[in-house]
Amino acid sequence: MNEKVLMKGNEAFAEAAIRYDCKYYFGYPITPQNEIPEYMSRELSKADGVFVQAESELAAVNMAYGASAAGGRVMISSSSPGFALMQEGMSFLCSVEAPCVIINVSRGGPGIGTILPGQADYYQATRGGGNGDYHLIVLAPASIQESITLIGKAFELSDQYRNPVLILVDGMIGQMMEPVILPDYHSGKQIDKPWALTGTKGIRPPNTIKSVYLKAEELEAWNWHLLEKYRKIIDCEVSYETRNLEDAEIVFVAYGTTSRIIREAMEILEADHIRSGLIRPISLWPYPYQSFDEMSSSTKAVLVVELSQGQMIDDVKIGVNGRFPVSYVGRFGGTVISPEEVASEAKRILGVV
Amino acid sequence: MKTVFEFTKGMTREESIYCPGCTHGIAHRLIMEVLDEMDLLGETIGISPVGCSILAHRYMSVDMCEAAHGRAPAIATGIKRVHPDCTLFTYQGDGDLASIGTGEIIHAAHRGEKFTTFFVNNAIYGMTGGQMAPTTLVGQKTTTTQEGRSELLCGKPLRMAEMIATIEGAVFVERVSLDSPSSIFKAKKVFRKAIEIQQKKLGFGFIEILSTCPTNWGLSPIDSMEWLRTHMIPYFPLGNFRKPGDREMACGQEMGAK
Amino acid sequence: MAMHKLIISGFGGQGVMMMGQMIAYAGMMEDKHVTWLPAYGPEMRGGTANCSVIVSDKPISSPIISKANAVVAMNYPSLLKFEPLVIPGGLLFANTSLFEETHFRKDLVIVSVKANDIAVEIKNDKVSNMVMLGAVLSGTSVVSRESLYKVMEKVFVGAKAKLIPLNKLALEAGFEIGRVACAENFNNSDF
Repeated sequence: MNEKVLMKGNEAFAEAAIRYDCKYYFGYPITPQNEIPEYMSRELSKADGVFVQAESELAAVNMAYGASAAGGRVMISSSSPGFALMQEGMSFLCSVEAPCVIINVSRGGPGIGTILPGQADYYQATRGGGNGDYHLIVLAPASIQESITLIGKAFELSDQYRNPVLILVDGMIGQMMEPVILPDYHSGKQIDKPWALTGTKGIRPPNTIKSVYLKAEELEAWNWHLLEKYRKIIDCEVSYETRNLEDAEIVFVAYGTTSRIIREAMEILEADHIRSGLIRPISLWPYPYQSFDEMSSSTKAVLVVELSQGQMIDDVKIGVNGRFPVSYVGRFGGTVISPEEVASEAKRILGVV
Repeated sequence: MKTVFEFTKGMTREESIYCPGCTHGIAHRLIMEVLDEMDLLGETIGISPVGCSILAHRYMSVDMCEAAHGRAPAIATGIKRVHPDCTLFTYQGDGDLASIGTGEIIHAAHRGEKFTTFFVNNAIYGMTGGQMAPTTLVGQKTTTTQEGRSELLCGKPLRMAEMIATIEGAVFVERVSLDSPSSIFKAKKVFRKAIEIQQKKLGFGFIEILSTCPTNWGLSPIDSMEWLRTHMIPYFPLGNFRKPGDREMACGQEMGAK
Repeated sequence: MAMHKLIISGFGGQGVMMMGQMIAYAGMMEDKHVTWLPAYGPEMRGGTANCSVIVSDKPISSPIISKANAVVAMNYPSLLKFEPLVIPGGLLFANTSLFEETHFRKDLVIVSVKANDIAVEIKNDKVSNMVMLGAVLSGTSVVSRESLYKVMEKVFVGAKAKLIPLNKLALEAGFEIGRVACAENFNNSDF
């Protein structure tokens, strides 16, 4: 096993990508993810890869589309407003089934907003900001170590399903340092890409990467193909973590950074003899609706905690399906909710003062 | 018996859906003829973005990729990083390249990307039904300039070849026309030159191709050729704006002047 | 069980980020759980700089510190901003080279360190952060001096290796001040 090293989130994301054999990275500066393009510009060529500083996020995502269509292993990254600009590309990548890993180190919005952490891009990530029926696979790590693992998984899923995979973290995970153990070099599994643009070499018919379908029946058939793939992903790729669901009076639902804050809030509640549990979705799409079936009859309420005005709460309500009252507490605009705030809201809901 | 004509090897047998008299077919064939003659068809990747030529891959028998409106140069940048030795071209219209994709084309030239852009300028949006393009001439009637393009409201048309030629990374920039057999022969030579320069990896290559759009101009194919000659060429002069060696010479003169 | 939550603050250029990173690094070498979280953004360019460091025997939930065991204030604006976050009975490390020793909260253990003056006496103003770091180590026992020296060997490599003796000297000087100051107050072995 490799030695433990202390790394900043953003740098660890970049190094992990390199060790999982990412060869192409296209980026544009935006805080709080600048360490990713900076690191890639310095390190990727040492691993026989290529870094290009794009003229915009729009160009970056299209460069990624090109490199992916050509068969390369590609990663791009940005932060909320920049990722907003990439949405056209997300729809295209899904349409043509081009594998790609994207990291959104999200910040508070809307608009320019703030460079401080936020989780207000949940709808954008899981519902899509681009046009048409499409889905990104969305993974939300809660630590730098987990980010490294999920980046490896993202490359694998992306190739396997020929679908872009989004790693949704926030500025806090991007900016903080934690000890991590990196994977070995060349940890990425490679698969053949006979569909890629390479030039026919005169030995096969031309490959075409296409997104336009002039006949409705053809486009519908293509959509059926995509839908069947999405259904398979829903069946196979849900991932989540639960804690203390057996006897929890209140169950928190939170992902990423917020789930870490919940764990501290749970300790505060425990000291007051209040039993609380946690459902932490790791895959935000496909969403772990089935995790809510694990809740016990001792539970009186579900509390969704988000650094947004309340976006994931929609999915929680679908998962809970009316069995328990669902409420929300959160902070936004770059402000991070404290464990104390969460604990006191839980007490209020339970009627414990 | 002597063979005087063969079906172009780089073209498929697919029936074209381009309008009668449209010059896309000529431009497609010239590119494929050049690639065939240079024995590059198996090494070539092409990109056709939104516009009438989005379906160019139906007709061109090489690996191809569709692009979102304006983004072909960014996609080409990505492809070239993966296959630095392939022969790579983008085939873009005037709405695509000179309007929505100005950022991408300028920065591809800026980086000195080693691919060739074929820029089809027919002074109008074809696929969407004849709206004003950045290259629409002053006074020209389109569906969004029904009284003719007003200089006051819309400015004067963009001259892309001249603009691209100011960028250091663009090593070959030329404007050609498809209005007559002799122009077409000249154009083909220029296409070949551009591909040769790409093979030498000298920098970005850009060819502006003055073309017709009889359907949206509301003219017959013959009258369209005439309109191209009498209206477009005076505003968009033909000729070379940049070739390898130019800058070195200019530099030398500057040095000499000092 | 021990969980140290430290906020280290000052202005850009004082080496406050470095202090925090060295503590986190040393904590990691002691096989503890650590997080380091910087305040980032426009304020890092010339304004105040601060970072939050947590060193713990158990996994760390949140890297954000709302209540600190100890705060290091390398300048006066930082004191104003972060003194209120120290828990009652917690530690305040004040760089009294840069501000007067007045108006501190009465419920804190104050460790007054004239970091810049001591650094200049030793040799160079630039090691003021190491002087303060020494005081933090003896005041909080967040990590051992030995671990910190190992970190120095990892951080100061190549041409910078010759800086190790000077940095050690600065750290020792601060360590002694912290030890004396804390002994004068009370036994703070909880930290």
